[in-house]
Amino acid sequence: MHFTGSVGRATDNAIIHPMKKILVFSCLLCCIAPVHAQTKKAYTAKKVVPATSPVETLKRGKVLYQKFCISCHQVDGGGVPNLNPPIVGTSRIAGKKAPLIKVILNGMQERVEIDGEFYSNNMPPFKTLTDQQVADVLTYIRKSFGNTGTGITKTEVTMVRSGKIK
Amino acid sequence: MQQNLNKLFSLLLAAVCGLLCMSFMPSGKIKPRPGRHTAPAPLKLPQGFTVHTIIDSSAKARDIVVTPQGLIYVKLSRPKNGKAILVLKEGPDGKATITGGFGNYNGTGLYLKNGYLYASSNEAVFRYQLNDKNEVIHPEKPETVISGLKMGRQHETKSIVLDNDGNIYVNIGSPLNSCQEKDRQPGSLGIPGCPLLDSAGGIWQFSADKLNQSYPEGTRYATGLRNVVGMDWNRQNNTLFVMQHGRDQLHDIFPDLYTQKQSAELPAECMYMIKKGDNAGFPFTYYDPFLKKNIQAPEYGGDGKKEGSPEYISPVVAFPAHLAPNGLLFYTGNQFPEKYRNGAFVAFHGSWNRTPEKQEGFMVAFVPFKDGKPSGDWEVFANGFAGVPEVLSPRQAKHRPCGLAQGSDGALYVTDDVKGTIYKIEYKK
Ligand code: HEC
Repeated sequence: MHFTGSVGRATDNAIIHPMKKILVFSCLLCCIAPVHAQTKKAYTAKKVVPATSPVETLKRGKVLYQKFCISCHQVDGGGVPNLNPPIVGTSRIAGKKAPLIKVILNGMQERVEIDGEFYSNNMPPFKTLTDQQVADVLTYIRKSFGNTGTGITKTEVTMVRSGKIK
Repeated sequence: MQQNLNKLFSLLLAAVCGLLCMSFMPSGKIKPRPGRHTAPAPLKLPQGFTVHTIIDSSAKARDIVVTPQGLIYVKLSRPKNGKAILVLKEGPDGKATITGGFGNYNGTGLYLKNGYLYASSNEAVFRYQLNDKNEVIHPEKPETVISGLKMGRQHETKSIVLDNDGNIYVNIGSPLNSCQEKDRQPGSLGIPGCPLLDSAGGIWQFSADKLNQSYPEGTRYATGLRNVVGMDWNRQNNTLFVMQHGRDQLHDIFPDLYTQKQSAELPAECMYMIKKGDNAGFPFTYYDPFLKKNIQAPEYGGDGKKEGSPEYISPVVAFPAHLAPNGLLFYTGNQFPEKYRNGAFVAFHGSWNRTPEKQEGFMVAFVPFKDGKPSGDWEVFANGFAGVPEVLSPRQAKHRPCGLAQGSDGALYVTDDVKGTIYKIEYKK
């Protein structure tokens, strides 16, 4: 296993082994609740694997990310300079939800400036993902790699897909 | 049992957190050795070679040329402070200073020949007349040699090289990854016949001395090349050599035919020797370095094994997949040992398409040549540009090699388009 830098990276290449999965999982918790983990050590250690839904969402989102997004946006969400934008700390990742949802549904094929840089690859649309899947993967990226955005719900994706939210 | 497991988890958790903390600390930082001249760059080189950085220009430095007088021109991929070609002069202390700049267009290509500095934007090729000291006479008034070249969002740069017979060769990259109906979309098949090849996906030949040319005046010199960045003219056999960037995402697009690992290792990054009329097979085939064959692309009926049509040429050197060769230079100097004469240096920008494997490249390779043909295996020549032991994601690389040039004294210059560092590699007997 590689540990080079952020939590996101360390957790991100380990779906191979069930034990690793557990590790990944605990790391994930680390990054969600770092304060807890530090102040109430022994106590939290017992509660490491609750099957609460935010964690499940992140888990599903991560699987989707690794399947559909990782090759372009990379294990740490850092993207590829000049080719694929980072999805860490950029203004739009933390910003409005509808434009992000649209990026996943419609892809992005135009040359646009993202925080002062241009990226020359094409982002394919992922129309075949369900509303739940789009919500999961976006929630995952908005809460991983050091991002601290809010989650995106299935209903919000449904509204955008149907054109009710623009 | 449950409690034991819990204990185990806590232990593991502690271990993981510990490791993570450790990884935040600067580990094994290479101390710059106090050199006589400038800050030595911590690169790994064969015995007898030294390297130092002549400048950190903080610009996206791409192609580079060095004049016989030692003047250095560097093309930036985007203009910085309105200037896309920097002029540098090396001082006696080994440090270079920026003495000028001109040109306000994006691009990569730069070449010096016959009293002109040729430079390319992503759609055109310009040239600047030089005086007898190889200084640009009218920086604000370039002549337009070629214009109206196709520029996609991807592979938009136009690399250039001249031969000894008054011709200029221009790469026009394919605007698509693999000529799918829907670029990079899972399962989407190839556009029949891939019509974009009529104006892209190959090398075009133009006259180096006629102005205002475009497609009608040019010749499609070679086709079936996805995107070429590094290219050079081999003066031993008077032939064009190019480095192709191989296609991406075999697994993402055809998950049933290719595993992630196969996708990380296919296809080879190929060096081709190009004769007029050659076809290297893109997008219909790709080169498999393990089977050592051109294989039918999955977009065009391939299954990962089916061989491609024999009309397509094979590479003269097959490098590992996705390393992104951005610079090619045949070494004609006398400073380096005999082994390097007339051999090829290849600057690899480093991969992004090897996930979940670690990324590779970020180095300069060497291929020995004899009479215009590779005469031995390729080897890593200069390594350590990335500045970290492992690169999992390209952004972790502190420097990425890009352009190559030979100084009049035979030193080798390497550019980097992350920090704009320019390295000078020398051999001292
Ligand atoms: C083939 C490469 C590729 C794949 C696969 C890919 N993306 Fe992208 N993505 C891009 C590129 C390139 C852009 C920017 C396009 C542009 O500038 O027009 C982008 C843009 C984005 C943006 C907008 C960034 C911003 O700041 O505006 C988001 C969010 C995003 N991608 C998320 C994803 C997610 C989630 C997935 C997986 C479901 C994914 N991408 C898969 C290449 C890719």
